[in-house]
Amino acid sequence: MTNKKMYLFIIICFLVLGVQTTDSAKPVSAFTDQVIQHGAVGEDVIELQARLQYLGFYNGDIDGVFGWGTYWALRNFQYEFGMEIDGLAGTATKEKLTEASEYDREYVQNQINQGNDFTHYGGADNSEQSQPSPDNNNNAGNNETNNQADNNTANNDGGGAEPTAVNVPQGYSQNDIQLMANAVNGEARGEPYEGQVAVAAVILNRVESPTFPNSVSGVIFEPRAFTAVADGQIWLTPSDTSTEAVLDAINGWDPSGNATYYFNPETATSDWIWSRPQIKRIGKHIFAK
Amino acid sequence: MVRWILIGVLTVGLVGVGVWGYQEHQEKNAVLIQAENNYQRAFHELSYYMDLMHDQIGTALAMNSREQLSPQMIEIWRLTSEAMSDVGQLPLTLMPFNKTEEFLSNIGDFTYQTAVRDLEEEPLNDKEVETLQNLYEQSGELKDELRQVQHTVLDENLRWMDVQLALSTQDEQSDNTIVDGFETVEKRVEGYAESNADSALSGTSGEEHEYQNLSGGTINQEEAARKGGDLFQVEDQDNLNVTESGDGADVPIYSISYQNDNKNGYLDITKQGGHPLTLLVNRDVQEQNISLNEGLEKANDYLEQFNFDNMDVFTSNQFDNVGVYSFLYNQDDVRIYSDAIELKIALDNGELLGLTARNYFMNHKERDIPEPELSSEEAKDEVNPEVEINEEHMAIIDNDVGEEVFVYEFLGVLDNETYRIFINAMDGTEEKVEKLGGTEINYASMS
Repeated sequence: MTNKKMYLFIIICFLVLGVQTTDSAKPVSAFTDQVIQHGAVGEDVIELQARLQYLGFYNGDIDGVFGWGTYWALRNFQYEFGMEIDGLAGTATKEKLTEASEYDREYVQNQINQGNDFTHYGGADNSEQSQPSPDNNNNAGNNETNNQADNNTANNDGGGAEPTAVNVPQGYSQNDIQLMANAVNGEARGEPYEGQVAVAAVILNRVESPTFPNSVSGVIFEPRAFTAVADGQIWLTPSDTSTEAVLDAINGWDPSGNATYYFNPETATSDWIWSRPQIKRIGKHIFAK
Repeated sequence: MVRWILIGVLTVGLVGVGVWGYQEHQEKNAVLIQAENNYQRAFHELSYYMDLMHDQIGTALAMNSREQLSPQMIEIWRLTSEAMSDVGQLPLTLMPFNKTEEFLSNIGDFTYQTAVRDLEEEPLNDKEVETLQNLYEQSGELKDELRQVQHTVLDENLRWMDVQLALSTQDEQSDNTIVDGFETVEKRVEGYAESNADSALSGTSGEEHEYQNLSGGTINQEEAARKGGDLFQVEDQDNLNVTESGDGADVPIYSISYQNDNKNGYLDITKQGGHPLTLLVNRDVQEQNISLNEGLEKANDYLEQFNFDNMDVFTSNQFDNVGVYSFLYNQDDVRIYSDAIELKIALDNGELLGLTARNYFMNHKERDIPEPELSSEEAKDEVNPEVEINEEHMAIIDNDVGEEVFVYEFLGVLDNETYRIFINAMDGTEEKVEKLGGTEINYASMS
């Protein structure tokens, strides 16, 4: 009986040891296998930024989006460590980086989940590197509980932090995109996807054209330009599809063939609109110059 | 009898009043929406102009040459006046909004004075550069605050007409984010060219050219359908719907659309040569399986498949689970900005989701590239000495009047911001300076 217990004990010991050794065998390879490049988002980028900051190369916010600041920091790192300078975090670079720096994963993820302003420099105490962001302080009370709830769900997912920034096309804000998505949704929500991209492209073609206002909001709210604006349909909650369509249009897609007008032939009452040179028809809309 | 007549008259009267009331109500609503739209326009425009102004001031800081700086000051001055006119249209008469207007008037005065001065004779002195830097910071704070308020307004569907009512009735209890937001903007202030919509690429102009150099003979509808089927990877061409373009099209094209249960595709190809101009595939993209970098390899494969040679990747960006890449044509190590192609790759299985080659087919040709008159070192001397140059390329870009010019392209850093600076390789003119952004705080994650 005692022998059996001893055996069991020993086996359990080995198991635990085994688990521990496999655990400690790969603690450094926290990065996934991907080559991280400019424009990437996600946890790997958070780790990359935190490690570069640990070594003092990166002074920006740890936000999980590989932007220009991260790019230069990575290149400087590659330069200082005598590696090929390509601005890509490939296997060799990631290994070098993991050797040279430490990454306090838990600390960084907690900071991000709590929405704090924080840094991750090496050789400094973590508690000195973090302070709640001023926005969080202002709306204490209600938000506190919300944050708490968010944290809990985040922790239940087994940790992990979402990036706090997003990629936006050069020269546009998320708000510009949302405003356009509202307009596209109001004007063309029943249309095929390319029809929605085309409507977004028409808005952008108008911004570009000398005969229309020079800003997205100017074009959208121009009196008598869009029926959805005139009857208030623009304020319906836009679908994800219309947001995607707007992004495509901003990124350069233009299925309308460079049109500045479009109309629904079944409801169009003005003769003038029929006189415009027509380019093509997508769904219910005819696109014209 | 009299009673019935009376009832009849009264009923008719009642219906009449009802109709009249309904019409009045409709008219009132129409007027309300109209007024609301005006306010919305002014507000969104104000945020946009403040954002643009911030970028333009930053660009001015990175500029070196006086020929560029004067127009830049005028541009900022123009934005200032636009922003001021927007502030004037907002229903803020009941609120203390003078600090923001003061900021706008400061920056307006400063840029006006420097713009009308001959900067060749009398360049900006240190104090003025410092002022500009201060204004840059202030505009940054103001811009961030406005964008934050704008996000709340869009997110919660706030109405300016309600603000007007709240302000006039001084109803303290109602949740009035717009007013609160503007008051924060105010507090912050106490402490202290339009983008090319044709493409997210810098260095291309909005100028439209004729489509040049489309190779190959004319194709007919069946051939177009076959090409489309190849591109969408569908066997059965009966599902494809092919239409021809009308008179207004820049170049005659076939449009091919395709739909099955879970995805639909759309393609424009030229009648001459059957070149793909625009390809869009729409479907739900599942969880990310491949990295942005692997997506780039896929994108390169697709370019090869479509016979686009010598294309170099220029930018890569991940939006949710989709990778968007832009490529520039490379002729003897010179990147040609106007010959651009953009691709969209699904990061779940590496499938092609989109391609746009309008710019490429509009502009592409083999160019005679001269020997640069200036050496790289000489060109660097033309760049603002404060900017730390990290990367350089040779390039051909479209300048402000839409002509192609041969330039040195420098990527440099000034105060943690990255700038792209083009210096003419023949005469050293500073052709273009641009502040590179591309990322933004996720407002939705902050609240």
